[in-house]
Amino acid sequence: MTTALRTLWLQSGSCGGCSMSLLNAESPDLYATLEYAGIELLWHPSLSEASNGEFIDLLNRIMSGEQALDILCLEGSVMRGPNDTGRFHMLAGTGRPMMQWIADLSRKARYTIAIGSCAAFGGVTMAGGNPTEACGLQYEGNQPGGLLGEDWHSPEGLRVINVAGCPVHPGWVTDTLAQVAMGDMDETQLDEWNRPRSYTNHLVHHGCTRNEFYEFKASAEAPSDQGCMMEHMGCLGTQAHADCNRRPWNGEGSCIRGGYACINCTAPVFEEPGHPFTETPKIAGIPIGLPTDMPKAWFVALASLSKAATPKRLRENAVADHIVVPPGSDKKRGER
Amino acid sequence: MAGNSTRRILGPFNRVEGDLEVQVEIDEGRIESAWVNSPLYRGFEQILVGKDPRDALVITPRICGICSVSQSVAAARALADAQGIEQTPNGLLATNLILACENVADHLSHFYLFFMPDFARSDYAEHAWHRDAAERFVAQKGSASRDMLPARSEWMHITGLLAGKWPHSLALQPGGTTRAIEPREKLRLQSIVAGFRRFLETTLFADKLENVAAIATEDELMAWAGQHAGGDFAHFVRIAASAGLAKLGRATDHFMSYGAYATGHPNETHRFESGIWFDGRRESFEQRAITEDISHAWMHAQRTPKHPFDGSTLPDADIADAYSWCKAPRYNGRVFEVGAVARQLIDGHPLIAELVTNGGGNVFSRVVARLLELARVVPMMEGWIKAIAIGETFCNQGKLPKDGEGVGLVEAARGSLGHWLQIKHGRILNYQIVAPTTWNFSPRDQDDVPGALEQALIGTEVGDNGKQTVSIQHIVRSFDPCMVCTVH
Repeated sequence: MTTALRTLWLQSGSCGGCSMSLLNAESPDLYATLEYAGIELLWHPSLSEASNGEFIDLLNRIMSGEQALDILCLEGSVMRGPNDTGRFHMLAGTGRPMMQWIADLSRKARYTIAIGSCAAFGGVTMAGGNPTEACGLQYEGNQPGGLLGEDWHSPEGLRVINVAGCPVHPGWVTDTLAQVAMGDMDETQLDEWNRPRSYTNHLVHHGCTRNEFYEFKASAEAPSDQGCMMEHMGCLGTQAHADCNRRPWNGEGSCIRGGYACINCTAPVFEEPGHPFTETPKIAGIPIGLPTDMPKAWFVALASLSKAATPKRLRENAVADHIVVPPGSDKKRGER
Repeated sequence: MAGNSTRRILGPFNRVEGDLEVQVEIDEGRIESAWVNSPLYRGFEQILVGKDPRDALVITPRICGICSVSQSVAAARALADAQGIEQTPNGLLATNLILACENVADHLSHFYLFFMPDFARSDYAEHAWHRDAAERFVAQKGSASRDMLPARSEWMHITGLLAGKWPHSLALQPGGTTRAIEPREKLRLQSIVAGFRRFLETTLFADKLENVAAIATEDELMAWAGQHAGGDFAHFVRIAASAGLAKLGRATDHFMSYGAYATGHPNETHRFESGIWFDGRRESFEQRAITEDISHAWMHAQRTPKHPFDGSTLPDADIADAYSWCKAPRYNGRVFEVGAVARQLIDGHPLIAELVTNGGGNVFSRVVARLLELARVVPMMEGWIKAIAIGETFCNQGKLPKDGEGVGLVEAARGSLGHWLQIKHGRILNYQIVAPTTWNFSPRDQDDVPGALEQALIGTEVGDNGKQTVSIQHIVRSFDPCMVCTVH
């Protein structure tokens, strides 16, 4: 049996939601999944016994080389402010900015993994005027750089692995950790934003339960309507890279299944869409930001065609919050 | 200040949500004075200014991954207040269910993952109970986590059905929720709650929830724990008696609750009533009595304590006399403690009333109140699911005013959370948030009065040079702090 990969999990400008989401792992539960994957948690802020000085001793042992470190996970953005001092997040008990600890520890770890869009790109902490000068490990929004710089590579020759999402699906994290532990993680497994292709080779649109409404452009007009949310409600599911509707959340859920728009939270700069999140910006009545790889003219032509062909069932169900017209049956039509 | 005192800095505390540093002054092995520092600032109140008010529903849940739904509900209520709309009956029931799901999960995580693992520490190796406690509760490897994690994950399926996902849902809206359910989903919700009830009645309590909720006195609790020794609650009661937890961590004994789980009825507005508990008496709650003081926070541009509608959040890391990013909220100028013990006391639960009379808010009564809430809230949820009227609407639609203001108050698992929203020209002019742990882990105010945890730590025995920190850990964690909400 091979040795488990020793993993240190740190949080900085974070809500802790990626860790909380990770606890939702099931079949089997989180600890069983990590054990099977060959991941040993040296320390995690929510899950470990060691506190205070015991934890700082661990950091010092890693820095001195006495304790080997295979994987560093960072959850939350890097807080560089005010004025590049890092004082918006001092690591308690050390009198030292967290950003310095992260930079030092990332030199020791064989792999560095950004957990969530904050650690990957800066995330929601960068919204507004980015008052804390937040950034990601190797990106600042969609610009390469971040804390470590564009050219940084881990001792294993990989750049930061960005498990982006706000929050992450527990499966995205456990799959990525398992892939690293199996020695199966290289550049080909990562997409153009260094996100694991294991979940970003899909669009949120895939498996969307509102697909029939999308086909006929039968659109929701208000929160809780059942129709497609692309035309009016700001839904970015046709552009967002993630498998949320193929790999549901908390049993049967996803944002769209929950009745609200996909806000493309796995993408850099999702936090500043340039319009209210739940409103689709339009030019001359046509939504901007149509599906990524479809010619716009075709989309508009097909949309107007399918709109004209929308069955009454979909037109009425789209603006109701429950099914008001169920599907009929050809064979029984005469009797209805 | 005594002559031979020494200062120690403790941190980082883990198994609390977010970042925490505590400085203590120790004299003859006891804490003389304490300073609580929230060392991380994230700037959400600054981020929100200038945005479309509806964007608060996307941004504020992301303040916190553990109280995410509570933040959503507060934001939705502030928007509803500004719009002058109410939730539909189904929307109100669904909101209660989603919020209760989070609060129950938080209490469960606190007990099993954050609080109990400290009893596996070698500090307790001499005690007869240590071996059993370690086998059951040691971090990550204890047998309890194998029982608790799957139960928690299945429980969160309630949010999968009603809110899409947890955390960071956008299902909670001013007029209700975005997800109407079908008949089969109503059955599914009932099954999920039934499964969780079985976990609680087998593993945590080893008794019916109704019997736990009916425990009315401390003597009854002790007798009950003897009769249901196989459950983890009784296990805790035994350890608590031996470790003297009822004598640890008493703070101000002034308590506050905004009232939990809206009923929609004008006379009895909440299932757990709102109010304050001051000098041993219950009084009604008035949000206008809340102020925030920044005298010891790294904040500027405010000379005197202000009501959140008049407050601002402008960080300045160079303020003299400051030692935290946390402001000091006060009610009528006084320090108040919030959380499950406050909620259950103000709601008049006899067991909590007696525990507080006997020993105040302390490590023991805080944990008991949380577990009692599990036993009280889960049966309420069963009633809410039954009351959902299939086919009726889940969400009222409103229109945002160009100018206006709104207040959104909610009880998160760890206490009272408030959002104060002001809108001008259709944009957010000011957004102020006061979180539960902002109350409990407040720094000193302009009169140098320490916050609740700072008071709770005074007198704690920590051994020579403060080497025995385990009592401090119990006291800190007994509040179930959420530091990411505290400083947002």
